[in-house]
Amino acid sequence: MLSPAHFFEIGAAPTVAPDQAVNPQTDPFIWFLQTFITLFIIMNVVLIIMAYQTWAERKVMARMQLRYGPNQTGPAGLLQPIADAVKMLGKEYIIPRDADRPVFLMAPIMSFIPAVAAFAVIPWGDARSEGLLGGWIRPAIANLNVGILYMLALSSVGVYGIIMAGYSSGNKYSMLGSLRSSGQVVSYELTLGLSLMGVLIQAGTLNLNDIVRQQQASIWYIFPQFFGFVVFLISGIAETNRNPFDLPEAESELVAGFHLEYSGMSFGLFYLAEYISMNAIAALAAIMFFGGWAPPFDIAPFNWIPGPIWLFIKFSFFLFLYYWIRSTLPRFRYDQLMGLVWKILFPIALANLVITAVVKLVGISMGWWV
Amino acid sequence: MSQTPTNEHTETHRQSSERRMRLNMGPQHPSTHGVLQIVLDLEGEVVMRCDPVPGYLHRGTEKLAEERYYNQIIPLTDRLDYVSAFNNNVAFVMPVEKLLGIEIPERAMWIRVILMELQRIASHLIWYGTSLMDLGAVTAFLYAMRERELILDIFEMACGARLTYSYCRVGGLLSDVPPGFEEKVAEFVKAFPKAWKEYTDLVSKNPIFMDRTMGVGVVTPEDAIDMGLTGPSLRGSGVDWDIRKNEPYYGYDLLDFAIPLGTKGDCYDRYLCRMEEMLQSNRIVEQALKFLKPGPVKVDDPKIALPPKELSMSQAEAMQRHFYQVIHGFNVPVGETYGKIEGSKGELGFYIISDGSSHPYRMKIRAPSFVNLQSLPLMTEGRMVSDVITCIGTIDIVLGEVDR
Repeated sequence: MLSPAHFFEIGAAPTVAPDQAVNPQTDPFIWFLQTFITLFIIMNVVLIIMAYQTWAERKVMARMQLRYGPNQTGPAGLLQPIADAVKMLGKEYIIPRDADRPVFLMAPIMSFIPAVAAFAVIPWGDARSEGLLGGWIRPAIANLNVGILYMLALSSVGVYGIIMAGYSSGNKYSMLGSLRSSGQVVSYELTLGLSLMGVLIQAGTLNLNDIVRQQQASIWYIFPQFFGFVVFLISGIAETNRNPFDLPEAESELVAGFHLEYSGMSFGLFYLAEYISMNAIAALAAIMFFGGWAPPFDIAPFNWIPGPIWLFIKFSFFLFLYYWIRSTLPRFRYDQLMGLVWKILFPIALANLVITAVVKLVGISMGWWV
Repeated sequence: MSQTPTNEHTETHRQSSERRMRLNMGPQHPSTHGVLQIVLDLEGEVVMRCDPVPGYLHRGTEKLAEERYYNQIIPLTDRLDYVSAFNNNVAFVMPVEKLLGIEIPERAMWIRVILMELQRIASHLIWYGTSLMDLGAVTAFLYAMRERELILDIFEMACGARLTYSYCRVGGLLSDVPPGFEEKVAEFVKAFPKAWKEYTDLVSKNPIFMDRTMGVGVVTPEDAIDMGLTGPSLRGSGVDWDIRKNEPYYGYDLLDFAIPLGTKGDCYDRYLCRMEEMLQSNRIVEQALKFLKPGPVKVDDPKIALPPKELSMSQAEAMQRHFYQVIHGFNVPVGETYGKIEGSKGELGFYIISDGSSHPYRMKIRAPSFVNLQSLPLMTEGRMVSDVITCIGTIDIVLGEVDR
């Protein structure tokens, strides 16, 4: 009988030997149950992180802007995200008269689901290990062998929600916002993918977990792939529509852009989607360039800290970077944004890709590494 | 000879008007600085036609003024350009004093100069914050508020109000400034250049900011003069015209300050001009403090100035004068005059016609924001929506003044 484990392990990384069976569980029912429990835990953790990320953003930005930020709801405003959620759930859900109803209703869902689904392949620990409690809580929901393609695909799908929202709202500002967004996301998608190609060539695998293991065995890819990292970081910010690339929702120009007509929890879904995809990009950056769950040095004080904590620390750093950039930089204009991606980032990413490929080929033929 | 439109012409016209989208930006919009409506005809994101529609904040100040005694008009002027209320006060009382033919005491004059220049800094700080917020840099706004707060504290100390001061009176000031005022101003003057440097470090050389503003909203010197632009909007285009220098009033000729000029007339030049003006205003305040000597702050004319409180509470004569002035005001000789100052947005002038009674027969306000606003279509047509926002920011309009 074909175990589900076979399914997810086709084409393992060529340079990392599978030192143990990924999931010894062969009974499909128990396997499904285990996946469900893992899913439940990881999704809740992701949503809680997202909620407190909004709190952290407000706090960090407030300190940078000589303010206090939320400090009334609970100690240090810690209950603020909960209060916000309750407020959003209690708001009236208004559908404008001119709206295209089915599309209007579907847009926030289309935006939210891909953002959350991206977390399915993020490894919080070594996904080849058994996990906690004898496999009942696994470090990743799915140890997918095309994990990186899956993530890129989902981040492309996310833009449909925005386009649908802008098209269906029957509002000119929303329309402009979604038009900007479609152009922006499609362009930055390209550099986002290209910037990761160097890493993939180096690692020789599309599996996120194996990429981390490769880095554990050699060095973090930030060092050989520095230009790739810079391009990835900029494209990632643009991909998630954050400052200074927040043109689709540019407050001072388009009022609120694509989600202008949304209220209540349907707006809340857009809001959640934005923050979760921010998290996903930050986690991806940590995995691809900063060694994911692996400690920086495999020696005593570092490897006492478990993998999930390392990943959390690393992607928190990127989130902090997001907040920092948001509170410092003004916004690009649309033509400058496109100029940046096509005239600067695209050539850099392409050159980086070619150089990496050549070095790798030469290296293999010279016998520097296999 | 009129040209009959050919089929081809109408066809192109029809197509182009079909491609166009009319966008009503405002009156409820976060970055039209109040309730300005701008009707934009867009092709994609390119602005083909830009038509500012003021009038949503019209309160009939000029008509209201015809029914009020001169000193009662001062609170109305506060509400024109509400971020630089003190300049409006001074601009209004100047022509009235001219009609009455009175000279205000030296001390009142220098306090007015100090407060006007502080007000200019406060107004430019608001402009700095809001125009950068329009560009998406929110932090600048909160930084600017920090220094503005100190200026508002100074005003609060002088007259008790923080936004609408009504501190001027025809013939001087409401009252003298309290002790400790000079020290507080001196403290601000000393601290301000350091804060100013923080602002410029944060923004002036930021590549995104430079991309957004350089070459955007260019106004040539000729256009600027033709449109009657004044203030930093005019000087950003490189025209050397500042009423404080060219037609000095209130002892500005005794002070040493420079007039910053732009070269290209784009948004970046206007930005630099305003930033430099803040420093120059700071210098003016520093020098004006040295001229501040003890003395009266109201003209010694019982018909115009209210008697001191102690006198009106103890002497019958003074009390009668107080009573008469409060219920009747004072008569201003027949005549008409125009008084102008270099306000924080440009030339702020009041044209007053008096028929000899205690209220003006007609009062016309020459509001710089209103005049400067007409350069918006020139700056933005053929450019992108984002540039409209940038340009509104650097024109620095206040809707209270545009609509009056």
